[in-house]
Amino acid sequence: MGKASAPKLPGVVKGLGVTLKTMTRTVFPARGIKTLIPAPSKGAVTVQYPHEKETPPNRSRGVIALKEDNCTVCMLCARSCPDWCIYIEGHKDTAPPRRPGGKPRTVNKLDRFDIDYALCMYCGICVEVCPFDALFWSPEYEYSELRLADLLHDKERLGEWMQAVPDFEPYEAGSEQKPRKVPR
Amino acid sequence: MSTLTTLAADIELAWWQQTTLRSLGVMIAVLIPAGTLVYVFLFKMMSFMQSRLGPMEAGPYGSLQLLAEVGKFIQKEDIIPWRADRKLFAFAPYVVIASVFMIYLVVPFGPDAYFVDFDTGIFWALAVSSVSVLGILIAGWSSANKYSLLGGLRAAGQLIAYELPMVLAVVGVVIQAGTLNMQGIVAAQAEGEIFGFGGIGNPFVLTQGIGFLIFLIAMQAELTQTPFDMPIAESELVSGYMTEYSGLRFLLFFIGEFASAGAFAAVAATLFLGGWAIPGVDLDADWMNVVGPLVLVAKMMLVAFLVFWVRFTYPRFREDQLQQLAWKILIPLSLVNILATMALKVAF
Amino acid sequence: MTVTERQQRAYVDAQAADMRVAVELETDEGMTLNLGPQHPATHGTLRVIARLDGEQVVWADISPGYMHRGYEKLCEVRTYPQVTTLVNRIDWLGSFANEVPFILASEQLMGIEAPPRARYIRTILFEMARVANIVLFLGDLGVQLGAVTPAFYAFRDREHVLDQIESVTGGRFHPNFDRIGGLKDDLPKGWIADTKAVMQRMRMFCDEIEDLLFGNEIFEARTRGVGVIPADVALSYGLSGANARGSGIDWDLRRDTDVGLAHNEVDWRVWTHPDGDSFARCWVRLQETREATKIIDQLCDGLPGGPIMAKVPRIIKVPEGEAYVATENPLGEMGYYIISKGDIGPFRVKIRSASFSNVSVLPWLLRGVYVPDIITILASLYFILGDIDR
Repeated sequence: MGKASAPKLPGVVKGLGVTLKTMTRTVFPARGIKTLIPAPSKGAVTVQYPHEKETPPNRSRGVIALKEDNCTVCMLCARSCPDWCIYIEGHKDTAPPRRPGGKPRTVNKLDRFDIDYALCMYCGICVEVCPFDALFWSPEYEYSELRLADLLHDKERLGEWMQAVPDFEPYEAGSEQKPRKVPR
Repeated sequence: MSTLTTLAADIELAWWQQTTLRSLGVMIAVLIPAGTLVYVFLFKMMSFMQSRLGPMEAGPYGSLQLLAEVGKFIQKEDIIPWRADRKLFAFAPYVVIASVFMIYLVVPFGPDAYFVDFDTGIFWALAVSSVSVLGILIAGWSSANKYSLLGGLRAAGQLIAYELPMVLAVVGVVIQAGTLNMQGIVAAQAEGEIFGFGGIGNPFVLTQGIGFLIFLIAMQAELTQTPFDMPIAESELVSGYMTEYSGLRFLLFFIGEFASAGAFAAVAATLFLGGWAIPGVDLDADWMNVVGPLVLVAKMMLVAFLVFWVRFTYPRFREDQLQQLAWKILIPLSLVNILATMALKVAF
Repeated sequence: MTVTERQQRAYVDAQAADMRVAVELETDEGMTLNLGPQHPATHGTLRVIARLDGEQVVWADISPGYMHRGYEKLCEVRTYPQVTTLVNRIDWLGSFANEVPFILASEQLMGIEAPPRARYIRTILFEMARVANIVLFLGDLGVQLGAVTPAFYAFRDREHVLDQIESVTGGRFHPNFDRIGGLKDDLPKGWIADTKAVMQRMRMFCDEIEDLLFGNEIFEARTRGVGVIPADVALSYGLSGANARGSGIDWDLRRDTDVGLAHNEVDWRVWTHPDGDSFARCWVRLQETREATKIIDQLCDGLPGGPIMAKVPRIIKVPEGEAYVATENPLGEMGYYIISKGDIGPFRVKIRSASFSNVSVLPWLLRGVYVPDIITILASLYFILGDIDR
């Protein structure tokens, strides 16, 4: 394939050409008038973290956020976690009846909802099985800690992650799904 | 002669003072090119060829990274394998470093800026560069590690095999220059003429093009750089003969590798590219003692660019293919080159 | 024997077995070289024990198992969605491809068929896993042979494929996207146009690698004629994937079986090479990458609309039965044999992984080769430790 009548360069020479071309593209990335100004920081693919940061896509599985109001302590997420890293405690309480003159309802109140990110394998099964839209993915990834115990995020911290949850994007043409809404 | 020697004659230095100055001078002359080569080629050029940036944090644009690495290596624990031969293990890096330093002794940096001016300068350089083979063998053997042993044996075979094409390529230059003296070779190129045209002198890269190519290939093999880095062969032998070395001893090998790259580049620049001289400039001028080293360093970087460009692009040869290349292709080619040079020298 | 005597005997036997493998015997035949678990050449912790005569191998054996994680046992105590998450990590470079045969086997047991849109997107992601995997192989091939630069080009261009996978599944390396009955979610807006641009870039990368590596005379000298596996030996050892096709065997499960992916709806060809040496295997993989980009382009063009998930109950209970489904994964033929007893999790899952069979040919293949050729052969056979050891 390729060159028909031109004599072929030996492969060793072509290889040198490839590396030289990459080097010049990295050092002189600008096209047009500014070609000869060296600018390797722009030409290289390196993202100089922490000075520059990449934004991951919207669906990226960074951290799990909890909307406490929606949680009914059904325990489905804790049961389906492959690593058993979700710790839930709740108690039953009575709430006033919906209509005056009705029966008082029993509701579950959430006491403790911890996710241990040292164990979490970021599979997303908990987010998927939650029937009440209480768990959401957020692409936030900068939560490294100095101590392992600090990777256990409690209810308040998980609620704070809700601010980092992006809205669901629209789907590609031909899809029959409608994007869900994130409760704010 | 020049003001520099009259100046030196005025200041009466004792022998030990002169020696100390000379030793310091050699250290600077060796370590600065080595450091520059490491930074420009290993850290930056390699990174740019791979679409990345290389070290950027230590110092502006990562220029102090080598200092940081030196500091890191110096403060590391001195680990000697339990079954290794302790004395030989400690001795090996110094053999390699010594051989590299001795090459720099005969490279002229200017009309008076040289360390020693032997009449057989280039002969000394080639002879002394073979001493590093011993160092590598000692390192490979004394490490008590099978990978090191394999690396050391491969190195012995390879480095001895590629001595010959290098020497034969230099013979062509010597025939054309008419002298073994390094300053004489520089003068022959600066004052020579190509068929009567004296504008650019007579850099031997033009008339000894094949010799230059052979010298470059042999140089690549002598430096154990890819495609001839079987002794190191990172993906097979971890680090070859250097595997068990850590800390300061590894640093000595590392600096030795790049210092010898600089040394051979300097020798190649002197033999083929004209050395410290600029054609058209008076060879005895005083200010050439300052400009000469810069010119030589620039030519060294050009040669080193070729060496490292090839290093970062090609895969490596297998040992037997390597030996075949040396014995069956390079040596006959260099012999033909010598014959042609002799014939043309007599004819013209 | 009493119980304690039996225990003691077992203990001593275990020690002896360990020593037989651990101690390097200095025999008359030469030096024993341990390309041990930690080594830059083996992609992970594979131990190759070779007895050398100078630089030639006289006898070689492999000792896998350093990375055994107990997958088949894990699958017995997990539910189907959890198993789908776990099996991502068997062949971690082409991770979506691991989920596919498992999901297809479960769907076969349940009698569910995924809708056409799900089938197409499954195939697109399957082929993207192949592209990601083989591109890394091409980069790693250079590193094993001494050329450090192709690896960086491979990682640089592979990032785009991983970005595409991340924008649809949420995970670069472990997508966890396949579900029984379809897929977890649909494609985000603009994904198809981006993917076609990425595939064009991957084709340019393949051209660059061909110039830099495959056209290089040194590379050809290192790989041609090295590690020749004749076709009958390849079949008898159970080699699959590009290793078999590099020996001239025209066998590709994507074309020859219909398991529920959309390969039969697009136009593509199977590449083989008659030589059977390392160059043939590497070359076949390069062509497969190009072919995979073309498959993805065609699938993106012809993507049907429709639902992304069939009707499945919330809690998945697979009825009793057994099913075996094998697909053409990037490394070779990977199959899952599921035995179900009607529970929420499988009763037993047997994983037929491609690399385990591919690596079994090494004791036969490594006799008489030089030490550098061991590395070339290991690189060209291309195994992933997670796939060998599970």
